[in-house]
Amino acid sequence: MEPTRQETATSTSATNKPKPTRKRPFSGKEGMASSVFIWPALLVVLLLSIFPLLVSLYLSFSRFKFVKGGFEVKWIGLLNYKKLLFGSEKTHFLGKMEQPTTLGWIIFIGITVLLIVTLIHYYRSDRRSTGGLIFRAIVYAILIAFAWLLVITTFSQGGRPGTMVVTWIYVFVGIVIQYAVALLLAVILTQQLPGRRFFRVIFLLPMMITPVGVAYLFRMLTDTGKGPFAPLWQAAGLGMYSWVNDPWGARIAIIIGDAWQWIPFMFIVLLAALEGQSMEQREAALVDGANRWQIFWNITMPQIIPVTITVVLIRMIEAFKIVDLPNVLTNGGPGTATESLTLHAYFSWRALDLGGSAAIAYSLLIVVTFFGIAYINILRRRFVEE
Amino acid sequence: MKLRTGIVIAVLVVVLAVVLAACSQAAPQVIEKTVVVTQVVEKEVEKEVVATPTPEAKPYEGVEVNIVTFTGPQIAEPLQRRAPDFEAMTGAKINIITVPFSDLYTKILTDAATGTNSFDAWVFAPQWMVDYILPGYMEDLTDRVANDPQIEWDDIAPFFRDFSASYNGKIYTIPLDGDFHMGYYRSDLIDSPPKTWDEYLEIAKKFQGQDLNGDGDPDFGSCVSMKRGAQAYWFIHTIAAPYIQSKGTSQGVFFNTKDMEPLVNNAAFSKALDIYNEMKDYGPPDSLNLDVGDTRALFTSGRCALSIDWGDIGTLAIDPDTSVVADKTGAMIAPGSTEVLNWDTGELVPCSEGDNCPYAVDGVNHAPYAAFGGWSGGVNAAADPKVKDAAYAFFSYMSAPAQSNEDVTIGITGFNPYRQSQFLNRELWVKAGMSPDFASNYLGAIEDSLNSPNMVLDLRIPQNQKYQQVILDTAVSQFMAGEISKEDAMKQIYDGWQELTDELGRDDQLAAYKGTLGQK
Repeated sequence: MEPTRQETATSTSATNKPKPTRKRPFSGKEGMASSVFIWPALLVVLLLSIFPLLVSLYLSFSRFKFVKGGFEVKWIGLLNYKKLLFGSEKTHFLGKMEQPTTLGWIIFIGITVLLIVTLIHYYRSDRRSTGGLIFRAIVYAILIAFAWLLVITTFSQGGRPGTMVVTWIYVFVGIVIQYAVALLLAVILTQQLPGRRFFRVIFLLPMMITPVGVAYLFRMLTDTGKGPFAPLWQAAGLGMYSWVNDPWGARIAIIIGDAWQWIPFMFIVLLAALEGQSMEQREAALVDGANRWQIFWNITMPQIIPVTITVVLIRMIEAFKIVDLPNVLTNGGPGTATESLTLHAYFSWRALDLGGSAAIAYSLLIVVTFFGIAYINILRRRFVEE
Repeated sequence: MKLRTGIVIAVLVVVLAVVLAACSQAAPQVIEKTVVVTQVVEKEVEKEVVATPTPEAKPYEGVEVNIVTFTGPQIAEPLQRRAPDFEAMTGAKINIITVPFSDLYTKILTDAATGTNSFDAWVFAPQWMVDYILPGYMEDLTDRVANDPQIEWDDIAPFFRDFSASYNGKIYTIPLDGDFHMGYYRSDLIDSPPKTWDEYLEIAKKFQGQDLNGDGDPDFGSCVSMKRGAQAYWFIHTIAAPYIQSKGTSQGVFFNTKDMEPLVNNAAFSKALDIYNEMKDYGPPDSLNLDVGDTRALFTSGRCALSIDWGDIGTLAIDPDTSVVADKTGAMIAPGSTEVLNWDTGELVPCSEGDNCPYAVDGVNHAPYAAFGGWSGGVNAAADPKVKDAAYAFFSYMSAPAQSNEDVTIGITGFNPYRQSQFLNRELWVKAGMSPDFASNYLGAIEDSLNSPNMVLDLRIPQNQKYQQVILDTAVSQFMAGEISKEDAMKQIYDGWQELTDELGRDDQLAAYKGTLGQK
């Protein structure tokens, strides 16, 4: 326990007196008693989180097999990871790689130039440090490699994204859509419109529904043969077309379903941020003759940036784990087009490939941790702490 | 402070002591109560015996049997419907637990392997039994069957008795269903049903987009399930079989019996993939998301000119509540081919040349595929002996002609004929609502498949579920979705099967495969 503020003030003011020895909060029997109370909780935490984490790490380096009278776990080293990155699971996990199209090259060069410019900008800034520079160089190199993987699987002739890239699409495209719509709704509801309290509750409803419920709801809505939109679909001359038969149509259906469920979360956080912003600056800007867009862009946005960065981080970590929607809505299909990393791990587990499943789960953990750390260190520090 | 710490420790010690004492006393108390209950039950049974002189009544009073199968309504429905009758007769309470089809294999295996044993018996695909028998999870039912006149074992068609129910000469499952892939067509629209897959596609193309049920909406030429992770993965071999197997049942369609090389990277499998892919163009727009239940509903609602399915459409078509095609349905043996694979060159050769197709009829090689083998009941070897007896008795009751001959005529059951009496007694079917002509047509199609010397046996080697439901299903569904090319799909299946065979031991797998085909 830290000394209280009062204790600290007293000790600094009485400089002539001998420095009081820092009293340990618990010692002897007291310490033992506190340990007795803390250890059970600690053991539960260790048992429930650290132990499975270590066991699954071990499993990712093993092959699990049922044998007569039980099971056998055999150590196979990096074979499960090798299978995912270079072996028979490579096209499923990473995707089918082909030469990028012109659009693919433009996207890749664009991302690369942007990252290099950002790095140079950091190098020229006052806040640069050697550690920061090395960290950024490594992060940007990995991001460029990821961008290359995205381009050669998704923006290429004959290529196809694997579960890793499909998950990135769900995360990044999904979050952009969710943030844009949530911000728009939040801005509308900060206006003095009639019935805004009612809409505030209505907009929150999708978040209350279980993801499996949302998935079944969208399964019904996207059924172009029997669903409620079937007559409209027929009238539009699309009776013989179903978007769940098309890989990109199915992915879009999942992105829409996910957005529908999670827009309310972003909306409520952004609404709170908008309503909590200081009015003085807005009023001063109005007096100075600024228009609505200028006020929004120059005054409102900077104020909600810290909240934005936090809410995007939370959604990003959550979105990487998407599984309910693709499982129920399309069962990962058509083919493996809508399979996310978590669903891929689940299907491997269901096929009793526990080692392969654990390897996918650890790959996901590494990717999420990478994006999370890179995001916090680069964006958050730049926009929030400065 | 010290005093307070002392009090805390003392209180803690006392609490711990009380908890320990409570735990150590709890067990004997429970045992004591159990004994009392048992005595009461015994006394009640004794009283009942004295009151009614029928000692054989309710032999399984108080026994509870948990049986797992897949989420129906098919298969689960007859088990759930007949369970109360069985309980009234024997006293055994039957609980039917359902899980999605894609989870069934793993649920059974993990439940038994981990020693959880929450399921006392299973109704499952008999082709998986090899993975349950070898580790010793399945009860040998040979003696029980031998001492059970009620089941009328000899009435069960030899194929289901010897192949689906038995392994290494011992009986492990009780057949409840008979399964073959066969074809269905709209007899009011099609005069001459397709004999080959090329003719099938021709007819499907002709009817695609036409209104077939008079509701003004365009309908479909062919309805075949193509959904991944469902029961669709058998269909590719239904199409490929007549192109691969021509020399009789013992030839097989999955591997070359010389070296266990997969028969998926050749002209025959390539042709089958083309046909399956073209079927998609003549089917419902969301065909890649349709399971067999969906395609059956589409056929019986009059929306399809053709379909490939197990025997289910035949009985569902006569259900007046759901079907509009009761008198408009025809059944046929699965279409065949006029060319077959030369196993040495990997190319297709015409049936008309030499002795390429010894079993061809009118120049067409048919190879009806006994896909799945029919839902069957197996008993968990680790269950309590009394529970095992009750589980077997329930399966015997379900399979006995008195029950089964009725169930196979009801569409919702998912049970198709597998007993000789069910094929011979056409009156049974007419009574259920089939016209005499359709009864002959439907049963004739199944009999043609069952009696074909070129019938195709399903894969029944260790880990067959992984070969088919994981590797084959994934690659075929990726190809159907346009995610990978045909060549990539064939290579993916080939490499995946080779990898798995090497992992499990090529010689062992080859011996097992040859064993199922009757080769030495």
